[in-house]
Parts: sequence; C-alpha cells; structure tokens
Amino acid sequence: MLAYLLRRLAQSIPTLVIVVTLSFFLVRLAPGGPFDLERPLPAAAMENLRRVYGLDQPLLVQYGRYVAALARGDLGPSFSVRDLSVAELFSRGLPVSMTLGSLALLVALVLGTAFGALAALRRGSGLDHAVTTLGTFALTVPGFVVAPLLQIAFGLSLRWLPVGGWDGGNPKNLVLPVVTLALPQVAVVARLARAGLVEVVDRPHWRTLRSLGLPPRFLALHALRGAALPVVSYLGPAAAGLLTGSVVVETVFGLPGVGRYFVDGAINRDYTLVLGTVVLIAVFVLVLNLMADLLCALIDPRLRDFG
Amino acid sequence: MSAAATPVEDGASLLARARRRLAGDRPARAGMAILALLALACLLGPFLTGHPYDRLHYDYPATRPSLSLYPRPDAVRPALDRLALRMRVRAEDVAVTPEAVRLTLVADKPVDPRVLTFFARSDTFGEARILGRAEDGRRLTVEAPLRRLRFLAGTDTLGRDLLTRTLVAGRLSLALGLLATAVALGIGVAYGALAGTLGGRIDAAMMRLVDILYSLPFVFFVIMLVVFFGRSVALIFVAVGAVEWLDMARIVRAEAQAIRRRDYVRAAEALGLSTAAILRRHVVPNLLGPVVAFAALMVPRVILLESFLSFLGLGVQEPATSWGVLIADGARSLESAPWMLVVPAGFLVSTLLALTLLGERLRVALDVRA
Amino acid sequence: MSLLALRGLTVRYERAGVTALDGLDLDLARGETLALVGESGSGKSQVALAVTGLLPPQARVSGSVRFDGTELTGLKRPALDRIRGARIGLVFQEPMTALDPLFTVGHQIALPLRAHRGMSRRQAAARAGELLGLVGLRDAAARLSAFPHELSGGERQRVMIAMALAGEPDLLIADEPTTALDVTVQAQILALLADLKERLGLALLFITHDLRLVRRIAERTAVLRAGRLVETGPTGRLFSDPQAPETRDLLAAEPAGRKGPVPEGAPVVLEARGVSVAYPGPRRWLRADAPRLAVAGIDLTLRAGQTLGIVGESGSGKSSLGRAVLRLEPAAHGLVRFEDRDLTGLDRASLRPLRRGFQPVFQDPMGSLSPRLTAGEIVAEGLRVHEPHLSAADRDARAAEAFREVRLDPAWRHRFPHAFSGGQRQRIAIARALALRPRLVVLDEPTSALDRTVQRDIVALLRDLQVAHGLAYLFISHDLAVVRALADTVLVLRDGRAVERGPTDSVLERPREAYTRALVAAADLAQA
Repeated sequence: MLAYLLRRLAQSIPTLVIVVTLSFFLVRLAPGGPFDLERPLPAAAMENLRRVYGLDQPLLVQYGRYVAALARGDLGPSFSVRDLSVAELFSRGLPVSMTLGSLALLVALVLGTAFGALAALRRGSGLDHAVTTLGTFALTVPGFVVAPLLQIAFGLSLRWLPVGGWDGGNPKNLVLPVVTLALPQVAVVARLARAGLVEVVDRPHWRTLRSLGLPPRFLALHALRGAALPVVSYLGPAAAGLLTGSVVVETVFGLPGVGRYFVDGAINRDYTLVLGTVVLIAVFVLVLNLMADLLCALIDPRLRDFG
Repeated sequence: MSAAATPVEDGASLLARARRRLAGDRPARAGMAILALLALACLLGPFLTGHPYDRLHYDYPATRPSLSLYPRPDAVRPALDRLALRMRVRAEDVAVTPEAVRLTLVADKPVDPRVLTFFARSDTFGEARILGRAEDGRRLTVEAPLRRLRFLAGTDTLGRDLLTRTLVAGRLSLALGLLATAVALGIGVAYGALAGTLGGRIDAAMMRLVDILYSLPFVFFVIMLVVFFGRSVALIFVAVGAVEWLDMARIVRAEAQAIRRRDYVRAAEALGLSTAAILRRHVVPNLLGPVVAFAALMVPRVILLESFLSFLGLGVQEPATSWGVLIADGARSLESAPWMLVVPAGFLVSTLLALTLLGERLRVALDVRA
Repeated sequence: MSLLALRGLTVRYERAGVTALDGLDLDLARGETLALVGESGSGKSQVALAVTGLLPPQARVSGSVRFDGTELTGLKRPALDRIRGARIGLVFQEPMTALDPLFTVGHQIALPLRAHRGMSRRQAAARAGELLGLVGLRDAAARLSAFPHELSGGERQRVMIAMALAGEPDLLIADEPTTALDVTVQAQILALLADLKERLGLALLFITHDLRLVRRIAERTAVLRAGRLVETGPTGRLFSDPQAPETRDLLAAEPAGRKGPVPEGAPVVLEARGVSVAYPGPRRWLRADAPRLAVAGIDLTLRAGQTLGIVGESGSGKSSLGRAVLRLEPAAHGLVRFEDRDLTGLDRASLRPLRRGFQPVFQDPMGSLSPRLTAGEIVAEGLRVHEPHLSAADRDARAAEAFREVRLDPAWRHRFPHAFSGGQRQRIAIARALALRPRLVVLDEPTSALDRTVQRDIVALLRDLQVAHGLAYLFISHDLAVVRALADTVLVLRDGRAVERGPTDSVLERPREAYTRALVAAADLAQA
C-alpha cells in the first residue's frame, strides 16, 4: 500500500518534468518580455533588470536554475508584482481559490448524489426527466454566461447578494461564485450517480440481494457503494473542471484567486508566476487523481491489486 | 430450407437503422432543426439585417432591443439640436414628418452649405437638400430625410447592431467548432487507430504519452499558447484541436483494441485478409459509430472552449468577433445593457444545447448493441 | 397440501407483445424435487422470478402463486420480504456476477441472517462460517473475509447456495445453478444440492435446460415450451415413455449416432509436433512475471475425413491449441505441417495464400460475424483474397451456393448478422469457412452457445458436410456428448498437457486416466 503510494508519486514525476519543461520553453520562446512597457526603458536600465533577474544567461542555464530552485520548493520572484515572490502571491491567492473550489466540490458531491439518487429511484418518471434535462442545461450553459446572469438576478435586481469582491471571505460574497462553479459539477455528479445506481440495479447481484428479502437500509448500502465508484473516479476531472471554472469565476466576480493570477501573469509576461501556477495546478490535479484512485480501491476490492 | 424459422428481424444495415432511429426521434429532429436554423441565420442573416456588423451608430449607443423603427419622433429634436451645435447654427421652424424633417438653419454669419454633410454623417438623417436661402444665407431652409433604422436585438455600447454582430460572430464560432473538431478527429483517429492496431510496446509508449499529456492542465496551456503567440484565430484553432484530440485518440484506441480481439477479426485473418484489408473492412467501419457520436459531442465543447478563451480576452480580437467576445462585452455592460449579454448568450447556449442533444441521440442511434 | 402451488400463472410483457408464461399449473410438495425443463425462451426462469416477486416492473402477472397457504401474487413488499430469503431461497446461474463484488463473502451471507433471524453482526458472522462449512467450502472460516473475485466459479456457487440456505428456507429454487460451470464442478454442485435437500428436508425446484441433470436429481419433471406446460410426471416415466411430442423432441436432442469410419489410406492433412503456447506473464514494475504455459508440447495427426475431438475444461488450453494450429496465435511454438507444406516459420504474407486450406469456426455466434457486413458479404469475403478474378456476381453466386450447403435460404444473404438467430449465425460462420473449400476445419466449441435441439441440427450438418467434402475436423469441445457423436479420436487436455488419447469409444467408455474418468462420470452420457 505504502509502496504503491510511493510508486504512484514517483510515476507522476515525469509528468511534472514534462509540464515544467514544456511550459518553460513555451513561455520563453514567445515574443515579448516582462519589461516591455508602453514606453521602452533606457537600454542600460533594461540590461540591469535583465541581469538582476538572470535573464541575460543562456536559456538552458536559466532552465537548469529554475528546475533546481523548483526542486527546493522555490518558485522564484514575481516579475510583475514587484517585491513579492510567487510563493507569497500564492499564499494570498490560494486561500481564496481553495475555499471556492472545496465548497463547490462539496456542493457538487452532496447535491449531485442526492439528485442522481432521486432520479434513479424514480427511473422513467417526470422527476427523472427533469433532473436529466436540467443537468443537460447546467452542463451546456457555460460559467461565463451563468455568472453574469446570477449577478443580474441576485445582485442587481433583487439586491440580495453582492455582485462581486472577496470582502475577507464574507459568506455572502461566496454564494454566487460557488454556485457558478458548482453548477456543471452538480450536473455531472448527478448523471454519474444516477447511471451508477441504475447500473447496480441492473446487475445480476442486485437480483440476488432482492431475492434475500432484505430491508431497504441493507439494500441502500449496497446500492450506494456500487454507485460511489464512478462518482469518486470523477474527482480528478472534477478538479480540472473546477480549476478552469475558477479562472472565469474569479474574473467575473473580481476575486483575488490563483486563476486570476494566471491570466494576468500570462498577459504581463510574468514568467515565474505563470510557471508557478502551472506547476501548482499540475500537482493539484495529480494529487486529486491519486486520491481518487486510492478511494476507488477502498470501495472496490478488485482494484486493490497494488502490485 | 431446413434451418428453422425466418430471421428474427429484417436486417437492414446499421447505418440505415441509425438513420431510421434518428428520423423517428423527436429530440434529435428538434436539435437538427435548431442547428439548421442557426446556421442559416448566421450565414445569410447579416445580409438581411441592413447593418454592417462593424458600423458604429453614435446616436444609438446601448439601444434596447425593439421592433420599432428609429429615430423615435421625440428623439428627432434632440438629435437635431446636437447636430446644430456641431454645425454652429441654430435650428428653427422644425417640422417633423414620419419620413423627413424640414427646418431652417440660422446663424450670425452666412451658413456654409458644406456643413450639411453633418446630416449625412449622422445616424439619424440622410443627405440634406437646400430648399431656400434668406438673409444673405444666414437662414438656410433645408429638408433631410430621416434614416429609418431598426435594431431588433438592440445595439452595443458603441451603437453597433447587436443582431448582426451576433450572427457574424456565430459564423466564426460555428466554423471554428467544425474545423477544430475535424483537426482533432483527424489526429485522434489516426493516432488511436495506429496505437490500437500496432499494439504491443509501441501502443504502450503511444498511450503513455497520451496519459501524460492528459494529466496536464491543458486549458492553461492553451491560454499560455494564445497569450504568448498572439491571438490569432488560426492559433486558437490549433490549440483547441490539440487539446481535444487526446480524448479521440483514447476512444479510438480502446475501440480498435476491442474490435481486434473479436472473433470476426480472427476469422478474417484466418481467411487470409491482409492487415490493411482487415483495418479497412472490419476495424474502421466498426469504429465509425463511436467516432461519429463522439465527434458530434466534441463540436459543442470546442465552441465552448473558444468562447471561454474569447471571454477572457484571449481569443478572437476586434473587429472580428465571436460569441465569447460578445458575452464578455455584455458582462461588462451588465447594468446598463443586459441584452448585450442575453442575446449572444442565448445564441451560444441554444447552439450548445442543440449540438449536445443531437450528439447524445446520435450516440444512442449508432450503438450496435441497442 | 403442496408447499408451492401455481394456478394459471401467466406473465405478459405488453409492450413487447410477449407472453412469457401462459396459464401454468404446477405443484411442489414438501421435501420434493421438481425439475422444470425447457430450452431458452421457454419461460422457465420466469417461474423463479414470478414466485419470488422479482419480475421486472413492466411484466403483467395474473393467476395464482400460493406458498404454504399464502398467496404471493400481489403481495406487498414487507410481507413478501418475510418470505423470500427466509422461507424461499434462490440460487442463480451466473456465479461470476450474482454476488456483489464490493463486499466480502461473509458480509453477504450474513445479510439474510441479520435481516430474517435477528442476529447481531457477530452471531451472523459465526453462523455464516458454519454455513460455508455446510456447503463444503474448504477452510470456511478464512473464506468469510474473501471477496467474490478471489473465489473460483464453483466456490462462488457454493457461497450462493449458503446465502440461499441462510434463512433456513422450506423451498430452494435453483435456476440453472450449474450451467456456467465445468462438468466436474457441475457434478459436485449437483451432489451438494441433492445432499442438502436430504439433510435439511428442503423442497427443490430445479430449473434447467439440461435433461441429463434432471435424470440425476429430480423425482418429478415438468417440461415447458414457449411458456406452456407441455408435460409433467415422474422423471423415470417421462424419460422412458414421453407423451408430448415436445418432450420427445427434447429427449431426441441428445446428440446421438456415431461418425462413420475414416476411409482407408486417407491422406494426412495436418501434422503437428510439440505445439506449445506460452503467454507472457503480467507486466509488473519494470519486470515481467514468468510466462504462463497454456499449451505444452502437443502432437497431432489428422487425416482427410477424420475428426479429432479435443476435450477439456475451461483453462485447459484447448482453444489456444486450436489457434496455434490455425497459425492465429502469435505466442505459439512448434512444428505444424499442413498437407505437404511446413507452416513453421512462415511469415504472415507467405502464410496468406495457404490459409484457404484450413478454416476456423468459433464458439460465439454473436462475435464471430462483423455487424457491418451482410451475411452474403461475410461468406464471400475469403473469395476476395483467394479468387480475386471472380466478379462480384460470381462471388455472390458462390455465397448463395454456400448458403444452400448449410441449409440456409440463399435469399437471406442480403441481411445483416443481427437479423439471425444463434443457430443461423453459426451456419453462416460454417458457410464462410466452406466457401473457400478447405480441407481442414477447426471447430472451436461451435455448438456450446446453442440450445440442444439446435445443437443436434448443427451436428448433423457438420457430419454431412464432412462426408460430402472429405473434410478433416479438429473439434474442440467440453461437451462429451457432442464429441462422441462427431469424433473418431479424442485427445483429453488438462492444463495444456495431453492426459489421454485414443479412439473415441475406448476413451469415453474405458477411460484409463483418473481425470478422464471424472470427466466421463460427470458428463453422465446416455447409453447410445
């Protein structure tokens, strides 16, 4: 088990190396630089800046230095936000993004499973169709449409909730971003949970369980554990979806999260910030995928071959 | 003939069955109808709205959608006053009819007839005509036709007709969706079929690469790509195609492998068919169903991804426009002109819904097992 | 008074327009064993489901099911649940899938104990261990914590039986409980059921398609066909003096007769020496496990007009051997001569023109025909390779001819495979092989997925075709009855090794090896 965990972590190292390498050269080969302003700096000042940040070195040397620093956990200084390191920027942005993301994931899991279970229980009923149809809507209507619509409805018309801003994590400010972020995920989870339950019920072993004349609580245990598998394996993709969504949500609601940093960093040619964000996200997705795999193995003994 | 009973059903080809199933499928028909309408509107609509998509109407910024004609009678006088101010004259004896306005321009110095070009340049009036002069040209009686305009979906903050812009944007979004899907389809099918057919170590290596790429935060790569290498349509297109082919490759490879393990492929090999013939006659035709269905579902995803990039300001650049760009504009003018969000969002969402619906029904219809 | 009484039991599927059971009357006394026999689609499994209220919701049930005085049709859930699992136990066919893969065996056996006998978890676990011992599972206590996938098919079926017995039922319904198992395991499970029935005084409703099992276990037998009760009576009488034509048809479906002798001096078609198949072991981190030997050094000789039966249980390597002979198995080694050509070491391209001489027919009639081609195209496909000069019309004519030869209406060759029944598909597969006029046909369990009556027709067809074309058959099967009807010589395979070989009659009637004896005993061949 521990060996398996270590091996899986070791296996993700090549992935990380590829991510870093690809991003590094992609960023560096692009035209433009972090100090290209509207009005060009004097040549001497520019030279000075480039020397300070090590940009005068050959690219491969820079790459080596970056990787070495990364291995120590040093993400380097930010180019666009003077006097702050990338790590410091993250320490401000991450709490925002993590709060949003984990809340949205929680909402998605709870509501999604509930809706999916309801639909599966009443298979073929109006409720089932309603859940399926609403799910299709929630999945196809993009976040950048939902978010402004929510702003119109609850912020501008009803004036129940603020249209944006962080406000130190005020719960009222969280509602609309979390709803926007969670909506498509609720739909996916509901779909997976429904399909999972329906599949369990269609399997021969379900007939065996029913032939035993068991009370509903016994059956529910078997049904839910069977249906949990697809939902749990979705954790990894869900994390990726939430990350993408957070870029939109943080933009629309003006929240100081990491997703926002990434877009700004990319526009400002903030090499270290962009690379740092990519690394952070890659690690995050890898860890969640690993967690999902472990959870799946916990649920399904057939997946426990850790050899 | 001895072999008992007649066959259990008529045994049409799978494609024929799929076509029949789709034709009898109301949601699929609805999806197709909506798509056909949308595509037709985007193709022909911009010629029929009477507005070029990039024409600015300074007199009509952020006009709300309506069926009525502009200018409204009560808007003519203020427009005239604004015009008079710029012409440095006073407007007197103004008479407004539904088609035209007649007035006298009054100034302290003789009025230079060249100022009349202001009429033609405005959004409210057409070419002005001099009816008479008085007081050594200090009073000029002119008549100018009213420019009758209609903004069915309103205008944006710069006074551009929103409907025209949305339809033109739709051309780009739809074309991009189809083309990028085609690219992803091409790469994905070739890669997946190759890996699935070659099998063994090559397959393992090829799929390992896909797995690694898959675990990358790809949307972020696309963002980097478009930010650093300029925001051209071509690049978006490459970027989107590059993300989506991974899924296709996985599906095709899995299916190809499953098909290769089937007894009918073994039987074909035993018949002496060459590998190429087995691929052509057995593997590819049986791949078709899942591939087509998946491609149909890929189109809305691609459109969505493009809109997402454009929304972040990383996609299509002015004056070219796409639904994502329009929605981003709309989100910024939410308070003053909500229709700027609603109209393009409506088009985008209905396209996505119709495509998704169609794709899902297609998947069911092409399912061999059903 | 009978324990279970069905009166006019009818099950309809309105939407599909199918009547699965049509006015069935049946009685089962306490302690009695009744066999319910029928082919697929006869509605026999519907009886088990109707009694236990497990029919799908779209099924319409009418008539009466009385169990020990209680009417079961229309009974509401809680009342029904006090009977099923407690007083009626059910054993299903699929030992692979009938247990929940996510829970331990102990947990699953404990379920009915906790639900019906009010036991605590601890008590239930202890009793579950006893039950596993009762059904003859070795090392019972340790097996409680095993998951279903860690057990073999036979062990799983024992667990199923333990679960069904946990509620201490009066009636045990066993729906094809041994069908998916190897013959030797089949015999053990059957013996177990008979033994349990005696010891616990159970009434047993034994549902099967296999008449041979019936003879061994049932006191009375009821024959079903197309949802109707055709005949019922004491098992012995039913076999010796069947009344209904349907019963006679079923009894006659046992493959009978013998193959004629091979003509003197028939040329050798196939010669194989030291054929082995070694699959690479599962890939582990950076190293591979030792290869698994599926076939270990088998020698074969086959003459024109001769049939060699390859007999073995699942995992014996018989299908791998068949593929190796056909040169379809990349992991195969050893020498294969076909007629006067040595196939050893030939690459794919040089093998291709020779392939028309030796053709396969596979077991799964669903999977062996490409769903995208018409039956005619499938049959004529090999002609594209081997007789490329033929025009499309010529090929079609040859396909039609092959259709006639396997006794299918040539007009059906324009239909797609999904339009045909299992037996018809198998005929198409045979026609595909015959269209190339081969000298050797490798038949890999060609009749195993088919009903007995269909099987009989296919066996007759194969025999006729062999005589007409002087074909050599390599006939792979686990079914000794079919092998006896078709083969001149038999090779018994176990774990990839030849256990015994010889003329069919002597091997099946006077087996020398213990394993062969067990196989033959389990198969319980009718005297013929």
